[in-house]
Amino acid sequence: MRATARLNAKVSGPAGAPALVFAHGFGCDQNMWRLVAPSFADDFQVVTFDHVGSGGSDLGSYDPATYSSLAGYAADVVDLVVDLDVGPVTFIGHSVASMIGVLAATERPELFDRLVLVGPSARYIDDGDYVGGFSAADIDELLESMESNYLGWSHVMAPVIMANADEPGLADELEESFCRTDPDIARRFAEVTFRSDNRADLAKVTAPTLVLQCRDDLIAPLSAGEYVRDHLPDATYVVLDAVGHCPHLSAPGPTTDAIGAFVRA
Amino acid sequence: MTSHAAGMDVLPCGYVEVGPDGVITSANSRFLTLVGLTADAVVGTLTFSGLLAVGDRIYYETHFRPTLQMQGEIHEIAFELVRPDGDRVPILVSASTSDDESPVTRTIVFEARDRRRYEKELLRARRAAEEAEAHSLALATTLQQTFIPPTMPDIPGLEIAGAYRPAGDGSEVGGDFYDAFQIHSGEWVVVVGDVCGKGVDAAVLTSFVRHTLRALAVQWDDPSQILRELNAALLAHDSDRFCTVVVLRLLRDDDSWLVSVSSGGHPLPILVAVEGAVTEVGASGSLIGVLSMPQLDDDRFTIHTGDSLVVYTDGVTDARGAAGTFGIDGLFGVVSGGVTSAADTTDTVLGRVLDFQDGEARDDIAIVTLRALAADAGLHAPDAVQARPDVEEKNRALRALQGLEQLEA
Repeated sequence: MRATARLNAKVSGPAGAPALVFAHGFGCDQNMWRLVAPSFADDFQVVTFDHVGSGGSDLGSYDPATYSSLAGYAADVVDLVVDLDVGPVTFIGHSVASMIGVLAATERPELFDRLVLVGPSARYIDDGDYVGGFSAADIDELLESMESNYLGWSHVMAPVIMANADEPGLADELEESFCRTDPDIARRFAEVTFRSDNRADLAKVTAPTLVLQCRDDLIAPLSAGEYVRDHLPDATYVVLDAVGHCPHLSAPGPTTDAIGAFVRA
Repeated sequence: MTSHAAGMDVLPCGYVEVGPDGVITSANSRFLTLVGLTADAVVGTLTFSGLLAVGDRIYYETHFRPTLQMQGEIHEIAFELVRPDGDRVPILVSASTSDDESPVTRTIVFEARDRRRYEKELLRARRAAEEAEAHSLALATTLQQTFIPPTMPDIPGLEIAGAYRPAGDGSEVGGDFYDAFQIHSGEWVVVVGDVCGKGVDAAVLTSFVRHTLRALAVQWDDPSQILRELNAALLAHDSDRFCTVVVLRLLRDDDSWLVSVSSGGHPLPILVAVEGAVTEVGASGSLIGVLSMPQLDDDRFTIHTGDSLVVYTDGVTDARGAAGTFGIDGLFGVVSGGVTSAADTTDTVLGRVLDFQDGEARDDIAIVTLRALAADAGLHAPDAVQARPDVEEKNRALRALQGLEQLEA
């Protein structure tokens, strides 16, 4: 299956314009970018997609061995850029997708001329002096929490996610799969995400990189963002006045502005 | 700050309002009781996610908050509040966010100790069921492997290949089996059969049938007699299942093989002559394990170098696909024109039958192909069985029966 179909890729914007590839992080799907990505479609080709196992991706392509490390996800990003023939691109990854982008750009530097890392963390679990913000036990607890909340998953895939009569437009726009996927895949993705250590990969990145850090982010604390900044060869660091881990949802304006300033520079 | 939510004190649940920065702006008394904190310690100071267990906070940031921001509301999410003394309170949370200038997230919190305990038990039970299922699949696979020989024997002057494919995903044990074994020097028996039904009971009977056939083939010469004895054994067996079996006895005679074959309710083997002509061979008989006096006969013929026999179960001919039923015509179509090698023909038949039903076998499939080779060809394994005078005599009698050799006094 072609990468575009496997990853449920959506492309908009003028053909031939430089391409921006937006990648969602752990939890939810490409709809996470819906308040930010469309505003670039006037002068960029905007590509959004779902990682295999998330959103509208082809679940049949999910292979536990392939996706047991972030390299499997990075290979998909490379496939996507090659398949669309839009490289070199600016890759914009949120959360774990920032490390997926780091790996893809390390593997095939000629396909990626810029990276934007939103809320990156090269390692979530504390290690000696390094502060990722979590202990190994915390991650076990997360997996348990996910399990508790996927109890009725198989029944919930029916079109009941949202029937908000007050905002029918919003409901129509959303994929029914938003934030919901096969619990087994979600669990594996969580394990790969939170148990990865990509600190050694940062130095291999040659592309200029924008690091977007939220002021108050439980998942990727300031210490994690600063570590990424300090270990990338060519990093621009911007702290957004945003709370939480998803500035593209909570502060879409400032997020769009920061990305725009970087990609249009 | 607490005044608004304080009016919510009458509610039979915890109630909090959370500002855009995640900080709790008001809380009712039941919520404060749940978290074990005073209003002063909570309101305007703590974030809602800050009161949760750390694993839950990650879920909150990666799922709860994005869903709330995208969809305006979220329901029935299971979290645990952590009280100052470390005690954890399982809760269920639903929330909605107002759609105005300074959005407020209104959150209701139910204590859900019993429900969560029950759900955890359900999860444990589901995990146990999944493990049991995996275990039973492994067991089925292992059991199924005993229905066919691990490898086909090397038979001087005869090329032999078998294929077996369980129905569906192989999670259920089927009843198809085959076997090929030596009786005496230059004398071999090949059986292919199908025990009705699936599951453990059928599997037990399949093992019984396969091993009984081995024992009987040593005692009795005629395939029909072997089947008659198997019929008696099955009737005596504590099972109401029956089976279909075809038994072939092959005796080497210079460059040829003398074949006797009997079928107990089983599809007849197909003879593919060296020049490509295709015919069914054998004598049709009764199902095995049903009648006390089954009708069973032998058919005898000779195959020469290059002639082949294809023996199969009804999983081949009964295969259904978009194009209808595979049928005997489908099988004739595959093998007509000759067999260049037993292994290739077996693989080709299996491949065509699977393709015909889009790769998903609806029934078990077993195929055994035999191809007569020239005297010097084939792999010559040392004969394990010493020639015995009584056997020699019996074989001479058999040759005579088939009109191929004068009975020597």
